[in-house]
Amino acid sequence: MPDGDTRNVLEVNNLRTVFGTRSGEVHAVNSVSFHVKPGELLGVVGESGSGKSVTMMSLIGLLPSPPADVREGEVLLDGEDLLKVTPDRLRDVRGGEVGFIFQDPMTSLNPVFTVGYQIMEPVRRHMGLNKKQAKARAIELLELVGIPGAAGRLSDYPHQFSGGMRQRVMIAIALACDPKVLIADEPTTALDVTIQAQILEIVEDLRAKLGMAIIWITHDLGVIAGIADRVAVMYAGQIVEHAPVFPLFNDPRHPYTRALLKTIPTVSGERAAKLQVIEGQPPMLGAAPTACPFRDRCPLVFDRCHAENPLRADVGDGHDVACFHPLAHTAKEAVA
Amino acid sequence: MLTFTIRRLLFAIPTLLFIALVIFMLLELAPGDPMANVPLTVPAEVKEQMRQALGLGEPVHIRFWKWIVQFFWIEPLNVFDHMFGTTFAEGKLRIISWQNRAPVFITIAERIPQTLWVVGTSYVVAILIAIPVGIYSAYKQYSVFDQAGTFVTMIGFSVPPFFSGVLVIIIFAVQLRWFPSIYDTRLVVDSWDSFGMQVRQMFLPVMVLALQITSQLSRFMRASMLDNLNQDYVRTARAKGLREKTVVLVHVLRNSMIPVVTVIALGVPAIFGGAIITEQVFKVNGIGQLLITAIQANDLPMVQTLTFIFAVLIVLFNLIADVLYGILDPRIRYD
Repeated sequence: MPDGDTRNVLEVNNLRTVFGTRSGEVHAVNSVSFHVKPGELLGVVGESGSGKSVTMMSLIGLLPSPPADVREGEVLLDGEDLLKVTPDRLRDVRGGEVGFIFQDPMTSLNPVFTVGYQIMEPVRRHMGLNKKQAKARAIELLELVGIPGAAGRLSDYPHQFSGGMRQRVMIAIALACDPKVLIADEPTTALDVTIQAQILEIVEDLRAKLGMAIIWITHDLGVIAGIADRVAVMYAGQIVEHAPVFPLFNDPRHPYTRALLKTIPTVSGERAAKLQVIEGQPPMLGAAPTACPFRDRCPLVFDRCHAENPLRADVGDGHDVACFHPLAHTAKEAVA
Repeated sequence: MLTFTIRRLLFAIPTLLFIALVIFMLLELAPGDPMANVPLTVPAEVKEQMRQALGLGEPVHIRFWKWIVQFFWIEPLNVFDHMFGTTFAEGKLRIISWQNRAPVFITIAERIPQTLWVVGTSYVVAILIAIPVGIYSAYKQYSVFDQAGTFVTMIGFSVPPFFSGVLVIIIFAVQLRWFPSIYDTRLVVDSWDSFGMQVRQMFLPVMVLALQITSQLSRFMRASMLDNLNQDYVRTARAKGLREKTVVLVHVLRNSMIPVVTVIALGVPAIFGGAIITEQVFKVNGIGQLLITAIQANDLPMVQTLTFIFAVLIVLFNLIADVLYGILDPRIRYD
């Protein structure tokens, strides 16, 4: 839970990322703004292709350029704009101040180097430890993420670990240099549910211990409900709704969020004849949006939605939503 | 790994015996007469006597068996005698060339240095050029360097050495007079001057051969690098804040080298095999040239022995490639 500290450790303003492809531009991230405070967990949800991962990778320059181009915006890490720093400084930030966990633990580790080597690499690079100290740190990290017999497993190769264990190694690498911000890009998507629960527990535990800010990307709303302090819902490269976790689940304002919450099948009661879906496809964004990107799938669509792209407007208690419809601004969900 | 190697070596024995038999039978079936080059004035019965003297009167299986014994027992004994000054092999018949009536292995030993110098150097040069070129073209895919590299390797790969060889002779030996066009085997390297001469006379054949091998290998290296550059672990390495040099030359390269090292190892037997055409063009009297003249003269013991040595090398380097693969890739375990 966020403490009394109101300082933002990471603040992103109006980030825009565009991919240049042969068939024209794709506007993957459109004016995204968010912030996280130390010790806080921001959940980012949205369907595949909504720009979640691209946003996060834009922050620390992990997208290959070309084709990716971060056009505008600010990424303030403790007040320092990461989009303007030198490549050397950016490399110090990566792994040193911002840790990154990726989706697929099976392919995210280099198969020909030992796990110990891969953990020690950032430790030696950023913390300047010698081989012996780095090894001690690697053992400490593996113990921290709950790998039994840590000392003996340093010389093992990634293929000798199971998926869940590999993801723990990835977490250990991300945490290696005590980052201020940990970005977890769908870290449990490739894992089965019991392993997912274990990983969530580890992350919760580490957050309490280490007090870093976490950005957790997922399309699993259940996970978000369980661990997030605040949630940002992304659609078509924009944040369409952003709120503390309870208001978001109890009082969703954006029609997309509402639809998203309806898609979760319940395990109790009568089984529905058909799963709830959101009809249609998210749009391909060949240009910066000039109208609401959700208009073609929205039950509440009206004239203005076709003419203008709604901006995020505050609806109270740190809750904001990008929708023109009065229902989004007034009360609890009244209409479907 | 050790048991795997031993098992593979044992399996190699029947394989090689079978290869020896196949080569022998093929040569047996091939038309040709070792006496074909003997002048027509020599009477037929004298020719027949000469054939008998070569052992051609014996049945096939006896001749095959004799060759096996000579290759696997008498020749090694000779090597042993030569090394330790013993006389175990005295009086035993070695494999004799039909052309010059000298033991085949002595001729081979005379020819090996030229081949190793020329073809071996070109292989090393090619590896040293191809690997950096492949790495850089993959890293800067579709850059001017990559496009130019693709163009040059396409030419290098498609132009045969009998053309490129003659071309470089015309340019560098005839027009510019920088390098000799003929390789002089009698040159003894005993001073800096003669070493310089050796380098100069090797330059053109090495250039022609290296162009071919480089083309092949750099394409392979490039493809292998491209395969790995887009892998997730590369992103992880970057997310760790590693320098671009470390990311590419440690993380990506180590993975990309696995198939390339295998290809390099499998190409080594070809060095010993020589480069038949290039050796002909530059008059390098190496193994390739020895083989081609032996075939022309119907010198079956020489052809049989050389071909079989190549077979042994190929089997051996296949094994070496497998072992290297196991060493380089921790996911491969042979036990």
